[in-house]
Amino acid sequence: MALNTEFNFSEQPDQLYNDLIALHEGLDEAQSAALNARLILLLMNQIGDAQTIRAAFAAARQPS
Amino acid sequence: MAPYDYAPIEYVTPPELSGGTPKEAPVLIVGAGPIGLAAAVDLALSGVATVLVDDNNVVSVGSRAICWAKRSLEILDRLGVADRMLAKGVTWKLGRIYRRAREIYQFDLLPEEGHKFPAFINLQQYYMEQYLIERCRDFPGLIDLRFKNRLVGLSQDETGVTAELETEDGRYQLKAAYLLACDGARSLIRQQLGLEFGGTVFEERFLIADVVMDADFPSERWFWFNPDFHPGQSALLHKQPDNIYRIDLQLGPDADAEAERQPEKVIPRIEKIVGERPFKLDWVSVYSFQCRRLEKFVHDRVIFAGDSAHIVSPFGARGGNGGLHDVDNLCWKLAAIVKQEAGPDLLASYDEERIHGADENIRNSSWSTRFMSPEPGAETWFRDATLDLAERFGFARRLVNPGRLSVPCSLSDSALNSADQSGLATPMVPGSPCADAPIASPQGAEGWLLNQLGGRFVLLSLGQAWPGALPAGVEPLLIGEGGWQDTGGFVAARYGNGHYLIRPDQHIAARWQEADADALRAALQKAGIRQTEMV
Repeated sequence: MALNTEFNFSEQPDQLYNDLIALHEGLDEAQSAALNARLILLLMNQIGDAQTIRAAFAAARQPS
Repeated sequence: MAPYDYAPIEYVTPPELSGGTPKEAPVLIVGAGPIGLAAAVDLALSGVATVLVDDNNVVSVGSRAICWAKRSLEILDRLGVADRMLAKGVTWKLGRIYRRAREIYQFDLLPEEGHKFPAFINLQQYYMEQYLIERCRDFPGLIDLRFKNRLVGLSQDETGVTAELETEDGRYQLKAAYLLACDGARSLIRQQLGLEFGGTVFEERFLIADVVMDADFPSERWFWFNPDFHPGQSALLHKQPDNIYRIDLQLGPDADAEAERQPEKVIPRIEKIVGERPFKLDWVSVYSFQCRRLEKFVHDRVIFAGDSAHIVSPFGARGGNGGLHDVDNLCWKLAAIVKQEAGPDLLASYDEERIHGADENIRNSSWSTRFMSPEPGAETWFRDATLDLAERFGFARRLVNPGRLSVPCSLSDSALNSADQSGLATPMVPGSPCADAPIASPQGAEGWLLNQLGGRFVLLSLGQAWPGALPAGVEPLLIGEGGWQDTGGFVAARYGNGHYLIRPDQHIAARWQEADADALRAALQKAGIRQTEMV
């Protein structure tokens, strides 16, 4: 499975994006880092396909 | 229980220095640790004589390697010491993983029936060495054990190796066609040959303490992340025979090794774990570890095996077990070469197959080490996130890595294999180590499949015998009508039907559903065994 780089949420983008921001509210940097790490692991497992995950790794490693 | 006595082994003046006949053995083994001793026995079983020298005259001091995996026990059974090891050792298969005081999950290493040996036993290295030394004495004409004989010089040419050996009676020279360097992690032979030993050094320090106490802890492997008795670090508890418990404590990168091994430092740490129980320290060691290997293991007439060739971190029990895989892989090849049943180029497959195995072990033990001692920053975030999630979600338990324990190494890419065109769906593909199974002899005596394999090439036929004569050097084994019986149906489940060509190290070289004499001869040739032309 190739990495899907087209918009793929099941609803309009802004609410879900803001939910992500809100998730970190009230957390210090270390707590945010820990939350992000848990989230990444959960999402990795949900995707499952190693090729897709590695493609996402590569895409994320490039800052812009 | 009296502590192990470490009885010194008698030194005998070698015949070269006592006016006797100088020894000429095809193989000189340097180092009487588990690997050198196992190699001597394995070669003797193939009828190949060895001289085995060691600079010391006592078995290894301290428990050192204690976890012996199922595949190692199968190898050691072929060598004739596994029954003793099993009788003395502590059998275990259950591992429990704790975070602080909470158990986050457990693993069962061998939930499958129909195997002679358990997933693991714990047995101190000194017992194993003792049993192997005693086994060597069963071959007085083939194994010449020489303790307190120290290798001080070494040269080689195209015919073999000349070793300079030093004893209390003086020096002498010994010639051999091949030299096995089984002289351990600090191998002098490796240094004498000027070989690079590349790899990674881990900064983390660990304390190993063997503690003697009367306790009724079950025979399980307990691993803690961040236990309350040792905050911020990891800890491991393992049971050994004679009421000895192995306690392994992570100390961090800045620990002072000399201070940490002093009893006044060690004892309070142990008291926090075992509570009020009285105990005695049997052996203490502080170590950091390294993952390294030689670029190749065969250097003309000098062949490296075990820790002299590759070292790993101890989490995963891949050091001693990996070394036994080397012995298993090397000795039949070396024996075939010495007996001129194979050409010297067969040794290239030892390099190929065991470098593959060593890399697998290094990879696994490096991953475990990083999980246990993550660098600050992202590595720690993900390690801790994994432990957080593992308490709640099954998937994350699979990511927790407290040591991935040694499993049989598959050689499915080996050049010695013949391509599998059998259409058989069972996992016993060429390169796999044979799975064991209970069987019964034609007379009805119960036994095990692996005891009928190994030590020579075997053609295992399932259901129907191979029609016609077999090439020289191959013995038939029929399971089915007129032969051995598949008493529990395990052979059929694990192998299916057809014919399997099995190497002396119990690895599958080729398999077919239909007998084909030409294919069998080709497969033997591919596995390195010379075939005479049919006339």
